Amino acid sequence: MRDAEFLIEAMAGQLRDLLARRGISEPVLVGIHSGGVWIAERLHQRLEIHAPLGRLDISFYRDDFSRLGINPQVRPSELPCDIDGRHLVLVDDVLHTGRTVRAALNELFDYGRPASVLLAVLVDRSGRELPIEANVIGTRMKLSAGQHVQLTGPEPLQLTLQPAP
Amino acid sequence: MSTTHVQLDPQGRLLHFLTVEGLTRRHLTEILDTAESLHSVAERRVKKLPTLHGKTVVNLFFEASTRTRTTFELAAKRLSADVLNLNIATSSAVKGESLLDTLRNIEAMQCDMFVVRHVQSGAAEFIARHVKPHIAVLNAGDGRHAHPTQAMLDVFTIRRHKPDFPNLQVAIVGDILHSRVARSLIHALSILGTGAIRVIAPRTLLPAHVENLGVQVFHDLAYGLRDVDVVVMLRLQRERMESALLPSEQEFFQRYGLTGERLALARPDALVMHPGPINRGVEIDSRVADGPQSVILEQVTNGIAVRMAIMSITLGNHARPLEETA
Amino acid sequence: MRIAIRGGRVIDPAQQLDTVTDLFIAAGRIAGIGEPPADFVAEQLIDATGRIVCPGLIDLCARLREPGQEHKATIASEARAAAAGGITTVVCPPDTDPVIDEPAVVELIRRRAKAAGQTRVLTLGALTHRLRGEHLAEMAALRDAGCLGVSDGGRTIASSRVLRRALEYAATFNLTVFLTPLDPELGQGLAHEGQVATRLGLSGIPVAAETGIIARDLELIRDLGVRVHFGRLSSARAVELVARARADGLPVSADTAIHHLHLSEIDLSGFDSRCHLRPPLRGLRDLEALRAGLASGVLGALCSDHQPHEPDAKQAPFGDTEPGLSGLETLLALSLRLARDGVLPLSTLLERLTCGPARILGLDSGHLGIGASADVCIFDPDAEWRLTPDTLRSQGQNSPFLGWSLQGQVTHTLFEGRLVYARDAHD
Repeated sequence: MRDAEFLIEAMAGQLRDLLARRGISEPVLVGIHSGGVWIAERLHQRLEIHAPLGRLDISFYRDDFSRLGINPQVRPSELPCDIDGRHLVLVDDVLHTGRTVRAALNELFDYGRPASVLLAVLVDRSGRELPIEANVIGTRMKLSAGQHVQLTGPEPLQLTLQPAP
Repeated sequence: MSTTHVQLDPQGRLLHFLTVEGLTRRHLTEILDTAESLHSVAERRVKKLPTLHGKTVVNLFFEASTRTRTTFELAAKRLSADVLNLNIATSSAVKGESLLDTLRNIEAMQCDMFVVRHVQSGAAEFIARHVKPHIAVLNAGDGRHAHPTQAMLDVFTIRRHKPDFPNLQVAIVGDILHSRVARSLIHALSILGTGAIRVIAPRTLLPAHVENLGVQVFHDLAYGLRDVDVVVMLRLQRERMESALLPSEQEFFQRYGLTGERLALARPDALVMHPGPINRGVEIDSRVADGPQSVILEQVTNGIAVRMAIMSITLGNHARPLEETA
Repeated sequence: MRIAIRGGRVIDPAQQLDTVTDLFIAAGRIAGIGEPPADFVAEQLIDATGRIVCPGLIDLCARLREPGQEHKATIASEARAAAAGGITTVVCPPDTDPVIDEPAVVELIRRRAKAAGQTRVLTLGALTHRLRGEHLAEMAALRDAGCLGVSDGGRTIASSRVLRRALEYAATFNLTVFLTPLDPELGQGLAHEGQVATRLGLSGIPVAAETGIIARDLELIRDLGVRVHFGRLSSARAVELVARARADGLPVSADTAIHHLHLSEIDLSGFDSRCHLRPPLRGLRDLEALRAGLASGVLGALCSDHQPHEPDAKQAPFGDTEPGLSGLETLLALSLRLARDGVLPLSTLLERLTCGPARILGLDSGHLGIGASADVCIFDPDAEWRLTPDTLRSQGQNSPFLGWSLQGQVTHTLFEGRLVYARDAHD
């Protein structure tokens, strides 16, 4: 079990530098339910971003509907402002296969046409199945297919590693 | 008495949506919460979700109804499904083909969902019992029996304004006897723990032992509307006069029509609802139907999100394996 | 053919006989009980040890579907089913196609039944021409052709004027009138008007649809002296009305169908079309009252109300299905359940299935008296069996009792001294 707060601190530093390098002054943070939202809330505070936070529930965009159906705890997606021409930072807890991010990008583009999208994740673990990479990374982990890393929260935010069964 | 209903799988998940009766609060809440997530989709630039991409939904209407069919069609299209509309009232069934034959033929077109409307009570359940297991059946109204998606959109609309069901008094007014909407709504409201459900109608428009459904019976509108939070008006069909259930539309409106004066007897913020289509001046006064307390058009809008939710839940449960992983 | 039935418990309600003894049959008739007649040499022996031997059952109402609806069943198929059910006489109501309103139809049914040779098929003639309730049928000719009585054929006559004249005319020729009381307008629904119909959204048939007609009919016959039999009563109130009329000395009798003593409106849950019946299954209070009426004798007979259907007739939403069930082969086992449940003694129960209906028909049959036609039912009262489509001989498989565990099974049926049914299993 690991405390996630200091990883988020590191992410905040990286993100601040990246935004500065790219000359982005008014980014919109969008967290993916649930873990991504918790992290995005903390980054939002640390970077003192003015634009309100967005929240995405990608249940209706998943590519595994035909195998898993709809998550019974689905929540509304909220994007509080017009995203046309804005610079977005998509935030998630674990980047694994890349499918969640793909679904989130698809959903974002149904709201509008952003100027750019950056991806910030707490954990970049091995096992990518799509050509998707993060711009901001809290930590990297090399895990076997059966291993599971999970973020629990919102208070305290903790990373749990479950070994392969 | 109620063994596992055909609409549930062995783990109690919805495979079809045929009736509200016998469902749990968890089922209803899941539908309402999912619908809540889908509600804002209509405000986006792209009003479409990819969820049912590649699925085919067939509107099997044995009884004509453009309005209901349209909302199901829109719901399916917003979920990216392909939609086929079959008005069987005017095609094969009349020519003597049996319902099962019709069903087999449409099944052969590789469909995933049937939305069924039929004049006979129990028709949707009959179809659900006889379709191939991968097909989900939604009841869009069967005889006098059930109209469960209408009931869900009604409670969805109520919940958005007044979420505290145990402290609500709801009155349903008019032709309860012939109303599948009323039966399904009564079940949905009871399951959600509604404080009091009243039905208000002359005796000719009430079914036998209606009180066994858990409702209070009133014959006097003014008395029955006192202090209610929600008034649901039902549509009165013209045939009721011909079958000697009522003397005239005028007398019905005088006794049971919702006017501004009568609405004033309910709570000041009482919602006025109607499943549509409205007969202005028969069951409801135009000024009330178009007034500030009316949520009738909101019901129509909400119907799409609620039907999208039910479509994605039932089709999703068909996909999901039984041994659920955490 | 001389047959000896050895060692069975012979119950003959007409003779108040209930004892373990032998029964001897010769030339199609009962030749002796206990003692064989002189010089009797049996050509066939039936060991009835542990079994009950009783008169063949008489069923007051069975649709054989012929002529007119041979896609549902035929006289041959249903006569076989009757034999398997221990039934040696069935009464066929006149609603065939063509209607039994002329002697030729009576003759046709007689010929087909004789060819089948499995059971006696008796006919009721139509009370009105084409059963339309408008003009009188040729009742005298029908009687002469062999009809035992005249009937509305399940279609209550709406016009009190026509009915009164039909009753008077039937009385002229000493014909018993068989009526099935259900108001044609009030009875238009699909299910008993009660809480189940309300829940399922099925249009209701109030009890008054039955009792209103009975009350009218009782007043019409009060001064006419015509014998009237009310068939297939379904409600407690109907039993009360008939009981009172009988106490008043009116010449009325009544029956009910066996399924009304085992099923109620609750069995319609799930829109089970096999329970789509007319009259409809009613409440539990009605079921209890019908049982009590059978025990007291207000209901003098139990019948199957057999209505076989092709599968399509029941494969549709409830309201689009045809009413009726296939009942010949469950009549005995379901009746025996009543005796086991203590509703009435076994011998009284058998009376309601044998000489009870015979008396209503005005026949000297349904008993094992010396010289009577050797119509005999032998059954194993303890045998347990499950009703499945394979066990049904009727062409109609539409039984709500499919899957039920039943106790009491026919092992042999003799009709006019011939063995027409023998259960192969362990014989």
